[in-house]
Amino acid sequence: MMEKVLLKNIDKADSHTLKAYMANGGYEAWRTVLKDYAPEQLIELVKASGLRGRGGAGFPTGLKWSFIPKDPNVPKYLCCNADEGEPGTFKDRAIMEKDPHLMIEGMAITAYAIGAQQAFIYIRGEFAWPAHVVEEALAECRREGILGENIFGSGYRLDMLVHRGAGAYICGEETALIESLEGNRGQPRFKPPFPAIKGLYGCPTVVNNVETFACVPVIVTRGAQWFNAIGPNKSPGPKLYCVSGQVQRPGLYELPMGISLRELVQEHAGGARPGHRIKAVIPGGVSAPLIPEPELDIAMDFDTLAAAGTMLGSAGVIVMDDSACMVEVAWRINHFFHEESCGKCTPCREGLEWIDQMLRRIEDGEGRDDDIGQIDRLASNIFGRTFCALGDGAAMAVRAAIKHFRHEFVEHINKRRCAAA
Amino acid sequence: MSTLARELRAKIDAAAARYPNRRSAIMPALHLAQDSEEHLTKPIMEEIAEILDVAPIHVYEIATFYTMFRTDQVGRYHIQLCNNVSCMLLGANRLLERMEKKLGIKNGETTADGRFTLSTVECLGSCDTAPMLQLNDRYIENLTEPSLDELLDSLADQAPAIEPTVVPDPDSTGPA
Repeated sequence: MMEKVLLKNIDKADSHTLKAYMANGGYEAWRTVLKDYAPEQLIELVKASGLRGRGGAGFPTGLKWSFIPKDPNVPKYLCCNADEGEPGTFKDRAIMEKDPHLMIEGMAITAYAIGAQQAFIYIRGEFAWPAHVVEEALAECRREGILGENIFGSGYRLDMLVHRGAGAYICGEETALIESLEGNRGQPRFKPPFPAIKGLYGCPTVVNNVETFACVPVIVTRGAQWFNAIGPNKSPGPKLYCVSGQVQRPGLYELPMGISLRELVQEHAGGARPGHRIKAVIPGGVSAPLIPEPELDIAMDFDTLAAAGTMLGSAGVIVMDDSACMVEVAWRINHFFHEESCGKCTPCREGLEWIDQMLRRIEDGEGRDDDIGQIDRLASNIFGRTFCALGDGAAMAVRAAIKHFRHEFVEHINKRRCAAA
Repeated sequence: MSTLARELRAKIDAAAARYPNRRSAIMPALHLAQDSEEHLTKPIMEEIAEILDVAPIHVYEIATFYTMFRTDQVGRYHIQLCNNVSCMLLGANRLLERMEKKLGIKNGETTADGRFTLSTVECLGSCDTAPMLQLNDRYIENLTEPSLDELLDSLADQAPAIEPTVVPDPDSTGPA
């Protein structure tokens, strides 16, 4: 069993407190960074570690930081994306509730690396308790001089502010998150310019996910090579996998990047419920196209899953067994994206509505012969024609369900009913 | 004429001072107002606009874009059942039907006595403890039909004057 990095404190008493965090070497990395590192050295260190963003896109973290202009006269901002909303995902919530200082330490190091003196933590609105825990943790840091003016006598100043969302999934998209922080509706911006050049308040900005920050302190204390040696070297590190759905032991599992999906589901999460067989698994939140059971021997890393036409995404692993109706699953996923579309781009706003209606009538036994072909054409017309990836996620997920389980869709239309109902 | 209490105005002002730009405090202001005023009326939104020195339209558009901001009255107990994929696979739709029957209202409605509002919501990030719901601010997880009945009965038994538990429960987290 791999040494725990991200969940190492989670079972300890009062793990959310500064006292518990410090007792286990907490904030030593932050102290070391302020004493011994120049910002550029940190960026090189994280580049060398191979760390890639844990929010879903898997962009190399050190490279993202390196895009920030070095001009000392321009304010820079750091944002923590804690708008965890991808269905099937509950890892960032666990970090915030049980080990908020791990996230804060990673954020502090990142802020120093990019020269930011103000950071924002954008927490989804429904997470009232996690937001409360993080606020308390920040107050502890200010009291102890871990944040604030002249931290550890270094002359460096840094503060962090919690900003609560209010129920919009789209704000997990980094430019929508920035819009929301500025007091606007959460609608994605056109890119370029990317946030590193023109982000929050028009200033250079880095947005990273909670789990990405949680990986940073250990890279400082144990080194880039140590981190890179865990899992595949192009997609390395410890990883949090969220397993849910029709499986014996749903839960949060910390394992190396690149573990086989079958091993995760069968051995760690206990496999199918008694009397059932697994039918398919969504590997990375509902945006990630599902994988049928015979293909589960696949490595859970960014590159392998992308090559197989799906994605690691947020590692929200949703298990479906033989009792699941794939038309209903496809409808539910598309309905989610339809509900959460911000309405800015016509293909997403209108296309998802049409697909929603067609999938619903197929599920209700009122499908028409040409509906499957029509859904496929609509999905093609959404994909790649929108400002952000929300519409793409819906299109990919629906097409994968049809591709692998077409017979279920056809049967619904021909027999005019859902066999599972 | 001021609709908001002086203390609340001061809190909104303090929130605004923490951002580089006062407009950024619209969401925090709406959260603060909603916590104390239950739902957001036009006069409340206009007063927030005045405190933050933004046009009222900027406040209206935020209050109507984000689903957690309420411009209509909801019941004392707002039950929001997740029925996204993981919860659906584990029986959320059956639980919804059960609540509709028990409360005598449909999804999206409020009971005549103003005690319960029932809604379905998108994923609440608690999929390992599915099916689950949010009761006001609190997560209620690993629902079964008996545990759901018990929850509804415990709320129905209380006199309307008793406040629900809106303080989130630290023990509500699922197994790590």
